[in-house]
Amino acid sequence: MTVLVDGNTKILCQGFTGEAGMFHSKNSLAYGTKLVAGVTPGKGGQTLEGVPVFDTVREAKAASGASVSMIYVPAAFTADAICEAVDAEMDLVVVITEGIPVADMAFVKDVMKGTKTRLIGPNCPGIITPVTDKSGCKIGIMPAYIHRPGKVGIVSRSGTLTYEAVFQVTNNGMGQSTCIGIGGDPIKGLDFIDCLKLFQDDKDTEGIIMIGEIGGTAEEEACEFMAGYVKKPVVGFIAGATAPPGKRMGHAGAIISGGKGTAADKKSAMKKAGVHVCDTPSVLGATMKKVLGK
Amino acid sequence: MNIHEYQAKQLLAKFGVPVSKGIACQTADAVGKAFTDLGEPLGVVKVQIHAGGRGKAGGVKLVRSADEAKKVASGLFGKALVTHQTGPEGRVVKTIYVEAGSDIAREMYLAVVMDRGAQAPVIIAAAEGGMDIEELAAHKPQAIARHRVHPVKGVQGFQLRALTKHLGLSGEQAKAGSKLIQSLVTAFMALDCSLAEINPMIVTKQGEVKALDAKMSFDDNALFRHKDVMECRDINEEDPKEVEAKKFDLNYIALTGNIACLVNGAGLAMATMDVIQLKGGMPANFLDVGGGANKTQVTNAFKILLSDKNVKGILVNIFGGIMKCDTIAEGVIAAAREVKLSVPLVVRLEGTNVDLGRKLLQDSGLNLQTASSLDEAAEKIVKAIA
Repeated sequence: MTVLVDGNTKILCQGFTGEAGMFHSKNSLAYGTKLVAGVTPGKGGQTLEGVPVFDTVREAKAASGASVSMIYVPAAFTADAICEAVDAEMDLVVVITEGIPVADMAFVKDVMKGTKTRLIGPNCPGIITPVTDKSGCKIGIMPAYIHRPGKVGIVSRSGTLTYEAVFQVTNNGMGQSTCIGIGGDPIKGLDFIDCLKLFQDDKDTEGIIMIGEIGGTAEEEACEFMAGYVKKPVVGFIAGATAPPGKRMGHAGAIISGGKGTAADKKSAMKKAGVHVCDTPSVLGATMKKVLGK
Repeated sequence: MNIHEYQAKQLLAKFGVPVSKGIACQTADAVGKAFTDLGEPLGVVKVQIHAGGRGKAGGVKLVRSADEAKKVASGLFGKALVTHQTGPEGRVVKTIYVEAGSDIAREMYLAVVMDRGAQAPVIIAAAEGGMDIEELAAHKPQAIARHRVHPVKGVQGFQLRALTKHLGLSGEQAKAGSKLIQSLVTAFMALDCSLAEINPMIVTKQGEVKALDAKMSFDDNALFRHKDVMECRDINEEDPKEVEAKKFDLNYIALTGNIACLVNGAGLAMATMDVIQLKGGMPANFLDVGGGANKTQVTNAFKILLSDKNVKGILVNIFGGIMKCDTIAEGVIAAAREVKLSVPLVVRLEGTNVDLGRKLLQDSGLNLQTASSLDEAAEKIVKAIA
């Protein structure tokens, strides 16, 4: 078992025929991901890269049996695309698109209340479960080749910083069960707590790497949750110790406001929860190796 | 994006928020004329900069004649006003707003913010206004009322009743206060604000309820659907280097150190700044070139980094995933040649085609050092500028 997706998961792609959608869909297919349908309104009936294209998510799901949607629709139309996937009762929706208005996400979260669909993102690298050294289920924009199947679960708010952790885990002779990029936006789908719970409950995950950043209080809340639930070792890093207050550091969520959300607060919460906190991301892999006694 | 007080008041007035009449001016003569045009015995001269704390810093003054208004304005135009939010360099005054004065009976605090915990807008109100709301939140949290606004339906009647009561308004004033709050929330939602703050909201001696000050910030991601808000942008209030960076889709924020950094990805960019400091240096900036940076972007990024006179060295940290390291190396080499790089450069590349990328850098004949980890790169650049 792995978390949320595995080698048998069938996915569809909304925004399949667009530039970003096509580029990253090809990469997913090359990694052996079961990408079984594309959705672009008005382009139904075509077949691209051996994948049939449909006008609506409902049609695509009915014809292909896909349970997960990967979204590359432009930001102005993403909220609508997510709502369509939720209406089609997809199990999981992974939104890669960045730059979505916050009010649109507030609306989406309201629509999602009481539905079965889970959301990852937006503004995230996606989710990947490596199955062999060269293949697996890749839903997103992460470089596939740095991943190896293994026992370390990774959850992160950042993109390239996640790759840094993944690559170190691989270079230290370990591998990943599943890696989840939850994204850098203030209103989003799965958070740290959801992912920590999934990794704790997954029998194939032995250790967890958690990468946070400044802004909000999600890391502090995750640390409180950890104390009562997570028994597996957690290695952590928080980005943004040098960020000045009031400046938005790239991600819409990465801003220190009213003295809250500082890296120091988050690191101290992590330490209190027994997390092995790294001062630099360069030692995430080596620290995990030591903690797991490998 | 932030806008000026006078612009916020113009926008809010369209939604029915009561404000005093006023005129925005660019010269001291215009300020004098504006006082006469307003035709009120008392006027307020308010400098327009994107920072709070103007009153305490001497940027808000009461005037009683056109001559006095003009004289006060001449003393403010072109000067840098330093408040607790501007930093020591202050902000140069280019616009002054002249407003009809109000007879203030009582000051209150009202704001709407997009709240990540509530996943919706939240109204914040306090019966004590004109003060630092964060201080009040820390020392007297019970004085602050908070109400979550439904992201689709907006503010509900019961919430307005609770809020006006909390603000100590009754009778006609409660009705006026209720309408003001409703208008503020409607404006907030219609314009995709991240913050709309009225501090203070006042009751005048004549019993009027109105906004004496106004501050609005907008969600950058939603500006594409608000042309009227976009027109309010004042690039004089932004760092010129940040303005230049935006033109090339670069995410740049100026800081005060002397080691410039160029990184792909926001999280990795923050981590790079952190490690520079951990190794004894100080970052000069935050710069995220994004996932798909090309040669033109890298070249322009270098130009922007080097336009900061404090910069003594550059650290490039790229985790090439989708992008290949040889492509990035070519971009860095071309950029370094074009800008005739004269400060130490350390490049850390990782990812696809990393060996090819490192070889290109080494064979380039450029005076640069390579590193295989972020720690090593930071150590090298700190040493190079020491």
